[in-house]
Amino acid sequence: MAGNIRLEVVTPEASVVSEDAQIVVAPGSLGEFGVLIGHTPFLTTLKLGAIRYKAADGVEKYVFISSGFAEALPDKVTVLAESAERRRDIDVERVKQAIKRAQERLASKKPDINYERARAALARSLHRLKLAETTRG
Amino acid sequence: MATLKEVEIKIGAVKKTKQITKAMNMVATSKLRGAQQKMDAFRPYALKFAEVLGSLAEKAGEEASPLLIPREEVKKIHVILCTSDKGLCGGFNSHLTSMAEKFAKEKSEQNFEVVFTNFGKKGRDRCRRSGFQILSEHLGIVGAKFGFNIASVAGQKTVDGFLDEEYDEVYIVYSEFVSMARQTPVIQQILPIQPIESGEKKAEEEETPYLAEHICEPSTDELLGDMLPRHVYVQLYSALLETSTSEHAARMTAMNNATKACDDMVETLSLAYNKARQASITADLMDIVGGAEALKG
Repeated sequence: MAGNIRLEVVTPEASVVSEDAQIVVAPGSLGEFGVLIGHTPFLTTLKLGAIRYKAADGVEKYVFISSGFAEALPDKVTVLAESAERRRDIDVERVKQAIKRAQERLASKKPDINYERARAALARSLHRLKLAETTRG
Repeated sequence: MATLKEVEIKIGAVKKTKQITKAMNMVATSKLRGAQQKMDAFRPYALKFAEVLGSLAEKAGEEASPLLIPREEVKKIHVILCTSDKGLCGGFNSHLTSMAEKFAKEKSEQNFEVVFTNFGKKGRDRCRRSGFQILSEHLGIVGAKFGFNIASVAGQKTVDGFLDEEYDEVYIVYSEFVSMARQTPVIQQILPIQPIESGEKKAEEEETPYLAEHICEPSTDELLGDMLPRHVYVQLYSALLETSTSEHAARMTAMNNATKACDDMVETLSLAYNKARQASITADLMDIVGGAEALKG
């Protein structure tokens, strides 16, 4: 079916993307899935990763997300993520610093550190960095 | 009657106080705007979340998640109290703390153990003074800039504690921002999660149920299990936002009143000052006239 599907990426702090797209590809927790217009209503959790979509003008764009969930309707995809960042908004320097910080925290064997949190932060930062370095747009 | 000098000093002091209250009023106004913007930014997420969660809850079974099941025997109650760090905002904090304390006392009398988590210094101080056990405290959050991660980290801890059976019920006390002039303290149970109603949908019941045709991946129960802890974070975040906004609104009102009170005071004092000045001039004149009369004598 021809036509564009609306993509909305919302976090508790802001609406990150609100744009028409030709196709949206998102990292579902049971595997990556693509959505075109006319998709069956669909609800899934998402894992850490990147949403890829082709904007109405054919440009490929990426949005980094940390866990959340997505709802696909025939004419609309809504993504609710705890945090989301467009590829072009990712500050590589800051991400690198965050990685360094998290690694230091994991390496130091202080008892008052929340390892799980540090590990999650590291995973997020690494994903961001990978996304920023391997793609454009 | 105070001497002229004393009244003059007093007027100066009140004017300085007025400058401070006025500045605080303006600061609160601008912070309030920021807080309201944050609430606005959160609304789309919260609405969508509630919509999806409500319809999921309808479809999923009762046993989908341990977070939904009330404990048969409740021993320990966890109260999350949100207050501000700073004072000078009228009865804002005392309303909140009184409510929390009353609640905690009632529960203690029923032989439940009560522990507190404090967001905000004022609530913590009150809990310390009243001798409640404090599980953790988070300062510098309410009324300042904070992100969703604060709520998700604290929320996760709360959920974990609940699952480890450290406590059997969790309540949150926060201030609901009703309007600029009204902020009401509210107490709400967040764990175990109360049956979720798909609230606004009620009016449109004739339409097909919202999720009727959705394919869910993984299963509805699993989805719900994943979303419920988030529901706790969302509630916590929204409580923190509401409390922050309320704090600024309360401070704005309080400082506005204080500024007005300063104006009134300056007015009364000026009157007293002028009267005293007049009186002394009159007295001086009388002396001079008296003296002149005596010389003529």
